[in-house]
Order: sequence, then C-alpha cells, then structure tokens
Amino acid sequence: MEDDAPVIYGLEFQARALTSQTAESDAIRFLVGTQSLKFDNQIHIIDFDDENNIISKSVLQHQAGEIWHISASPADKAVLTTCYNKTSESRVVTCGAVWRMPPEWESGSHESPDDPHNSHNPQNLELLCHLDNSSHGNASCVLWEPMGDGKCVISLADNHALLWDLTESSTQATISSSATLEGKGQLKFTAGKWSPHHNCTQLATANDTAIRGWDLRTMSQIYCIENAHGQLVRDLDFNPNKQYYLASCGDDCKVKFWDVRNINEPVKNLEEHSHWVWSVRYNHSHDQLVLTGSSDSRVILSNMVSISSEPFGHLVDDDDLSDAEDNHQDEKTKEPLQDSIISTYEEHEDSVYAVEWSSADPWLFASLSYDGRLVINRVPRALKYHILL
Amino acid sequence: MDGDICATDTATTPPDSDPARKRRVHGMLKLYYGLNEEGKTVDQAESMNPCDINGTHFDPEVYLNKLRRECSLGELMDQESCMVKQIRSLDSDMQTLVYENYNKFISATDTIRKMKNDFKKMEDEMDCLSTNMAAITEFSAHISGTLQDQHAQITKLSGVHTLLRKLQFLFELPARLNKCLELQAYSQAVSSHRRARCVLQQYSHMPSFRGIQDDCHAIMDKLAQELRQKFRDGGSSAEDLSECVELLLQLDEPAEELCDKFLSHAQSRLEANLRGLEAETDILEFIDRGCNEFVSSLCLVIASYQELFVNRPQEGNLASKDIPHMAIGKLHAFVDALATCYFSLVERRIQEEKSVGDNSLLVRALDRFHRRLQAVAKLLPGSAVPSQGTEIVVRAARERIKQYLAALQSFYLDSLRDVRQALAAPRLATGKDAPASLPELLSSLSASILNQIKSVLASVHLFTAKDITFSNKPYFKGEFCSQGVRESLVVNFIKFVCQSSRQFCESAGDRGGSTPPALLLLLSRLCLDYETSTITYILTLTDEQFLVQHHSPVTAVAALCGEARGAAQKLLNHYVKVQGLIISQMLRKSVETRDWVNTIEPRNVRAVMKRVVEDTTSIDVQVGLLYEEGVRKAHSSDSSKRTFSVYSGSRQQTRYAPSYAPSAPMDTNLLSNIHKLFSERIDIFSPVEFNKVSVLTGIIKISLKTFLECVRLRTFGRYGLQQIQVDCNYLQMYLWRFVSDENLVHFLLDEIVGSTAHRCLDPAPMEQSVIEVICERG
Repeated sequence: MEDDAPVIYGLEFQARALTSQTAESDAIRFLVGTQSLKFDNQIHIIDFDDENNIISKSVLQHQAGEIWHISASPADKAVLTTCYNKTSESRVVTCGAVWRMPPEWESGSHESPDDPHNSHNPQNLELLCHLDNSSHGNASCVLWEPMGDGKCVISLADNHALLWDLTESSTQATISSSATLEGKGQLKFTAGKWSPHHNCTQLATANDTAIRGWDLRTMSQIYCIENAHGQLVRDLDFNPNKQYYLASCGDDCKVKFWDVRNINEPVKNLEEHSHWVWSVRYNHSHDQLVLTGSSDSRVILSNMVSISSEPFGHLVDDDDLSDAEDNHQDEKTKEPLQDSIISTYEEHEDSVYAVEWSSADPWLFASLSYDGRLVINRVPRALKYHILL
Repeated sequence: MDGDICATDTATTPPDSDPARKRRVHGMLKLYYGLNEEGKTVDQAESMNPCDINGTHFDPEVYLNKLRRECSLGELMDQESCMVKQIRSLDSDMQTLVYENYNKFISATDTIRKMKNDFKKMEDEMDCLSTNMAAITEFSAHISGTLQDQHAQITKLSGVHTLLRKLQFLFELPARLNKCLELQAYSQAVSSHRRARCVLQQYSHMPSFRGIQDDCHAIMDKLAQELRQKFRDGGSSAEDLSECVELLLQLDEPAEELCDKFLSHAQSRLEANLRGLEAETDILEFIDRGCNEFVSSLCLVIASYQELFVNRPQEGNLASKDIPHMAIGKLHAFVDALATCYFSLVERRIQEEKSVGDNSLLVRALDRFHRRLQAVAKLLPGSAVPSQGTEIVVRAARERIKQYLAALQSFYLDSLRDVRQALAAPRLATGKDAPASLPELLSSLSASILNQIKSVLASVHLFTAKDITFSNKPYFKGEFCSQGVRESLVVNFIKFVCQSSRQFCESAGDRGGSTPPALLLLLSRLCLDYETSTITYILTLTDEQFLVQHHSPVTAVAALCGEARGAAQKLLNHYVKVQGLIISQMLRKSVETRDWVNTIEPRNVRAVMKRVVEDTTSIDVQVGLLYEEGVRKAHSSDSSKRTFSVYSGSRQQTRYAPSYAPSAPMDTNLLSNIHKLFSERIDIFSPVEFNKVSVLTGIIKISLKTFLECVRLRTFGRYGLQQIQVDCNYLQMYLWRFVSDENLVHFLLDEIVGSTAHRCLDPAPMEQSVIEVICERG
C-alpha cells in the first residue's frame, strides 16, 4: 500500500516553536511560532485536511517578540502560552505569557492558503497575562498541566521552576510555589516536561548534561541522572503509558530511554542521528512510536516496541474476543517484535528543532525546521495496520 | 696309470722342449689309450691330411713326393736332418718308457707273491678264534642259569628298599617340616609337603598315615600362618613377597585373598610414595620423583603381580581357570585407583604452574610424565591409565594456552599503559614535543606485541616438538594447532586487541574523558596496520609453525581483518568526535558567554579563534604523523582571499525586503533553500576515511556545525555580527587547507554568518577590506 506523500508548508520566517493544539481532538491542527528580529512575529495555525491532503492556515500576530517556545492549553483550545524574546535598551530578555486567540480567526481562516489578501491584515493575539519572571531570569519554556483544567502552568526560568496558578479566566497568574536549582556556576534549565502520571505531581527538567525529577507537592528534587548525556540535554518526554519511563535526547546525537527507578543505566540507547537531537516525542497512544528531530535535518520515526507498554503487540481485551480471535491473538503474541527504525524523513534542508504528534490523529505528525519548513507526515500504513490489527 | 705316464712323459722330455711338443706327446699317449674324445676330434680333423706326419692317414709316399715337389735341395737337406733328429728323440723316448714299465711290472709280481703267503697264516688264526668263542658261549649260558633265582630276589629287595625309603620320608616328614619351619626354609617345606600330600591323602584310611597327615597339616597350617604373617608385615622386599605368595598359592591359599593382600600391601607402599611427592616444589623434580618412585614402583608391582597371578603356568588343579581373569580385574581396579590419586596430584601440581616465563620446563615435565606412563601401557595393555595421562597432558596444554592468552592480554594492556604514560609525561615536561614520538610509540608498541606473540608461539610450539612423546597424539597434531593455538590463542588475542580498542570508544564516556585522543589515534592506526598486514602475517606464521590442518572450521583471515578494520574505523571516528568536541566546547563557550548585543566594534580576531586554528594545526600535525595525507579536491588559487558574498550588503537587502510578501508555502528563503538544494547534505558525525584530510574534515565539520547551532541561539547587535564576520573570515583563511573540500568550509562559514545576520538586530555588515585588514593584523 502506498503511503501518502508528505505535505510541506513553508513559513517566511525562521521558526523553532511548534505544538499541536492539545485541546482539539477533532481537527488536525498545529501551532507554529516564528522568529524574526525585524518584523512582527506570527503564530501560524496550520489545519490539515486529512481527507484531501490540503493544508489551510491562519496567521495571528504576536507582536511581543520572537517566539522560542509555544505550548497549548489542554483545556481551552483558544489559550496558549509562548516564551518570547523582548529586546529593550539593547538587552534581550525572554518572557513568558498566556494568550488567547481571537474568536474570529476560525471564521476567516478557511480560505485557500493561496489567497494573498488574508495575511495582510492578520489578527492579533489577545494577551491574558504575563508570567512575570523579571526576578527569576529568562524563561526557557512554559508547561501546561497535562490533562488538567488549564489552571496550572510551570515555567522554567534560568535555574528556577515556577508553578503558576491562573485565575479569573487566566487573566491573572500568581506563583504558588517554586523550586531553585542550586549549584556551582550558572545553572540553567534547558528543557522540562510535566509528567502525566502520579496525578501530575512530577516534573522532569534538564540542565546541562543532567536530568532531574521534581516532586511538585514539596518542590523538591526526587532524582537526578547526572551525565545522562555526554553533552547538553535538549529535550525530554514521558512515556504516556508507562509511568516510570522517560526519553531524553541531546548533543551527543543520542536518544536515551530511562527507567527513573534505575537511573544508573539507560534502558535503551538510540544512535541514529548524525548531529544533535533537539526534540523527542512519544506517540500519545502507541508509545512504541518515538519521533526525533535533529540538526542533521532529519526526522526519524522509531519503533521502540521492546520497551513500550505493548511489548507483545496490541492486546485486545479478552471480552472483545470470540474464540477464533483468541487463537489468532495467541499466534500474534508469539511473533518476535524488535526495535527498529521505521523511517527516516529527509524533507528538511535545515536543522529540525521541533517535532510533534497530532493530538487528534495518532498516526500523524509534524516537524519544523529552522528555515520555516513545516512537514506533515504519517506513520506508514503497513505499520499502522500491524499495530492496530 | 695315465697319471704315471704323464709324469714320466714330462720327466723325460728335455727341459728346453716347447710346450707344443709336450702336448703333442701327451696327445699321442692319450690317443694310444683311446681315452680322450678331444683327441678323436683332433684325429678326425687331422686324418684327412695324408701329409701330416703325425696323423693316422699319413702316407710317406705322398709326403715325400710333396716335399720333393715343393722344396729345394737345401730345404730337403734341412728337412731330412730334422726328421732324423726327431726319429732319434722318439727312439730314446720309447726306450725310456719300456724300461720304466718293466721295473713296475717286476715289483708288482713280488707283491702278489707276498700276499699269498700272509693269507694262509690268517686262515689258521680265524679257525682258532671260532673254537674259543664257542667255549665262551657255553660258559655264559651256564652262569646265567645259576644266577637267575638270586636276581629275582635282589629286584624284590630293592623294591622294598625304595618303599621303605618313601615310608621313612613320610615318617620323618613332620620332623623335617618342623625343622624347615625353624630354619625358615619355607620353600623346601612346601615342596616336601607337596610331594607327600597325595600319598597321605591316598592312605589316610590307615591310622598311622592319618596321624602323619594330621601332623603335617598342623605344621603346614602353622607354616601358612607364618607365611601369611610375613606377608602381612610387609617389611620385606618385593621379591620376598612374591616368594611368599608363590608358596601360599602352592598351599592352596585362596588366590583372591592373596591378590587382595598383595595389592593392599603394594598400595600402602605406593601411597607412601605419593605422600612423599606432595612435598616437592619444582615441577620437574616433582615429575621426576613421581616417575622414579611411584610409576616405577607401580610398574614393578604390576610386573610381579602379573608374574604371580596372571602369567603363572596352569598347574593342574592348583590354579583354577578364572584366577588370571579375576586377578587382572583386581589389578585394573587397583591401578586405576592409584593412578587417579597420582593424576589428581599431578594435575594439582600442574595447575600451580602459572608462571609463563619458561614453558620448556613444563613441557619437559609433561613429556617425562607421559613417557613413563607408556611403560604402564606396555605392562597393562587394556588399562585406561595412559589415555588418562594423555588427557592430563592435553588439559595442561589447554590450560597453558589460556594462561598465555591471559599473559598476552595483560602484556598488551601494560604496553598500552606505558604508551599512555609516554603520551602524558613529555607533554607535561616539554610541551609540544610529545606528538613527535607518536610513530615511534606506534612502531615500538606494534613491534613489542609482535615479539611477544612470537615468543609465545615459540613457547607453545614446544608442545609439538618432535622429540616430545605426546606430540604425535591426535590432539596435538590437529586440535591443539587449529583450535588451541590458532583459535584460542592467536585469534582470540587479535579479537581482544580489537575489543579492548573498541572499549576505549565506549567506556571513556562521551566527553573524551580519560582516554587521551592521541592514544585513540595511535590505536586506530595500530588496528589499521593489523588489518592491512599484521593479522595476515601472524596467522601465516602460526599456520606455518603449527602446520594447521583445517579440519575444524577456523576463523578466516578476512573476518579478523574486517573486525580490525571495524575497530580502527570506530577508534578514528571516536578520535574525530573527541577532538571535534574539544574544539566545539571552546567555540560554544565563546558564543554562549558573551553579550553579543552590547559588544564593541571588532578590532581583533577573538583569541578563541586563534586557539581553534592552533589546535586544528596541532591535530593536523598529530594525525599527519600516523596517517597519509589523503585526497583533496583541487582548490582555487586564492582560497584564503575568498569573500563572503552571501552577506554582502546588497545581497542582504534582496534577501529580506521582498520576502515579506504574501505568505505562501515554499517561497521563503528561496535563495538559501535553492543553495541547499544543490549542495549535498552534510553528515556531521559521519565515518571518516583513513587519511589525514578526512579526519581533519570531520573535526572541522563538527566544530563549525556547533558554532552554527550556538549562533542561532543568540541575538546579535551590529558589532556582534561584525565580530562573527571577522572570526569566520579568520577561520576561512586558515581552515581551508586542512579539509578535503574547501567548499565545505565555505558553506558552513556562510551558514554561520548568514544565521548571525538573521539573528542580528541591526545587520550592518563590515566591509570585506576592513575584515581582511583585521584578520591579517591578527
């Protein structure tokens, strides 16, 4: 069976920030934040029509500055956070803010992307509140509470992790608690991830070569993987189905999988990229599918079935099975399943800084390279049916 | 008579007569007697000629006519005188013969007459003799008639005498036996008893004989007791013992019991020998003592045992049929048990032999051990002992190979440690002199490893020397050479070298950490050398020395070479990575720690760039010591002067001003994308080739890519951009010469400057001429 060709969309600005619209479960929608020092920055809302293989987009102005990180609220489709650079008096400061998309964007956006007039008068984002961190330094990312009600965010700023409560329809943000990383030299969080497990009470952060786990109830460190990577750790992701499993990637070109109960050794190493790996993402429903993006301009989709929650393939509940199917199931479980690289995607010409699975369609993902190229790809059909059936 | 005539003939012929004439006379005599057929033939040949004066058909008329016709007068005269002379000599010959024969005839007549007289006298004497003989015969008949009666009597008497002598022997037997017992002349007693036993048995129904028999039995029992006692005491020599056993057997002692006793006695002595062995320390002495004491005693025991129980002549009822069978069984069990003890001792001792310095001692010891066991094999053909001994030797050899492998491995690691120290030490002392010694270190390392391998091979080779008895065993001919030496030792060592080299890439951590990069480089070259020549050489050497017969599958040279090449590749890749990271680290720090927005106008190339170039140069020198130059693409004549057109002012404008156009897919950064479209994708951490240029290209790629990624994370002010311009130009000036394709450097530096321009708040590039002035000043 032929796989659909990748769909490519080009932005006119350079871009690093990509997220799927977490609260949207019907439409396949990605948000991209641009980086430009000279012009107004934008947030592109990319809608993908799976049936017709067509991309449609809307553009919202983000005049506050160039976007380094973007994150969508899990509860409200219209709410998102960004981390952006603000240049004032020849100082560059990175701030975090919560925004609301104007309600009209959807109505006017379903024109063809070829329509040249649409982008001439883009709408502005509505500022809900600043995550004011002037006393804490530059924000590197903002994390929403996974599966939460959109009231809690964490921002990582230099060596601080700040837990914010958003009140009054997110128009006010107050720091409810914070943790500070102490140590020699200038410590700085480079990445973080809020664990969806344990009632969302854990956070993992990366600074330099170390990965740390935090308990949000006490804001104290619970584990620390020193020298998790030989070089800087660039990104983290939690396995959505296995609570102790964590993937990390970094400048040593490796992707490592950890069981945080045993931090001495990674469970698994992947060394497929030929340059730094900037982003790693577990598929939201089938955690054997792992997506990585690297500055070697490649996106790699791996099938890490041996350490997934379905090491013997997809197990259907017994109730659903007739006897015949039962036998069939037995046969299937005996098949040896091996970790493998499913596919290497080479549509990008520049470093890929972000990859993201769609929140609506688990077989679809987007990757964004620095030159502003967004590529939407699908999991190969053969594998999809292999996993499903 | 013929002889006589001949003698006469020769005697009478004048001494000056020629041999022809002599023969002629001879021939004529023969002819006369009609003796010789030879003569007849001559006769026939001559008979035809009537002119032959000597022939039978001689015709005087013809002869005379012939003469008269043929000869002159003078000649006739000569012929006549010659004829006369001959006739005269013939006459005298004839006279002499007649005279001689007459004499003989007379003497013969005398002799016959004398004989006639003598015979008459003899006849008379013979008559007298026959009468005398008749008288004698008569007398003799008379005497024998009178003596007949007495003769019968005498015969009877002598019979009685013999019987009486026997009876006396019997009656005296108890006393004699007692005496023998006292004198300890056991063998005599036993033989006496044996002689009497049957008789006594036969007549035991008579009371008197019964008494004697009982007495004898009592005495013999006592004797047996004493023999057994003696046997049990065990102090006596092997010969004594065998005598004892011999006697006891003759006394119908149960053979089985005797065997057991004999063996148990021998066992105690042999065990004492074994205990004595444990004290020995030197392996050769140990084996010597084991051979001389234990094995030779064992052989002696076996020999005497076989003499006593197994090979004894089957003497009627004495040796029942299954004695040899039973005895052999016991002997085997006995020998096996003792040999097991001995072997366990030997094996323990051999295991203590750990020092790998001199193998010849061990081999000699094993040889002796094995050789002596052959004696046992000869004595006891079915025994498992020699094969067990061979197994011990085989195990020892295997163990030895393992030890040598371990020794080689530790030698290798030690050498590496030395190399490491050598790499570290001079660096501390004299700074930059260290890399100069890299090729020497490599060659000395490789030579010392090779020497070590050779010496180990030589040591191991002792096992298969011709004068060693076990070298012709199938194991040492086949498996030892192929599986043992080739696979377990040589191949495993080579694999170990590759493996341990690989470990340097993994264990050292990703930061390069403990392993100095120079060592990585050196090892990579070492592995590469192994791939190209050393492995083939070592294996050929091994195959030649050990005549490896490829019965069992052995590791192919190509597979090993592949492994070595893999290791070399991995090491070199790792070297590139480590060196690249060291430079990357410098670049990253320099980009991350600076406030690029508020920097001052560039006046100099930053020190870190100079450092980068310096380091690259020293890496270039270092790699150049071990690797060949490699191929580079032809470069333009003035590479260092190349300008960065990408960020020239006009270009900058065209790139940005119109681009803020209607947003549409695929139309942004068109120029940059097109540029990338036509240039090949660059793999940063990619495998390098085994040459200097490729290595340096790899390192520079890694460094510049890091530079690029770091720049993209920062925001620059005007002077920040200009500083980067200056730095990149400086790098351009110096780095192009190291890489295979200078376009690569251009491309990456273009990207850096381009990205910086993007990240610049106020992109006002510096004039190229100014940049060049600054760079040249630096």
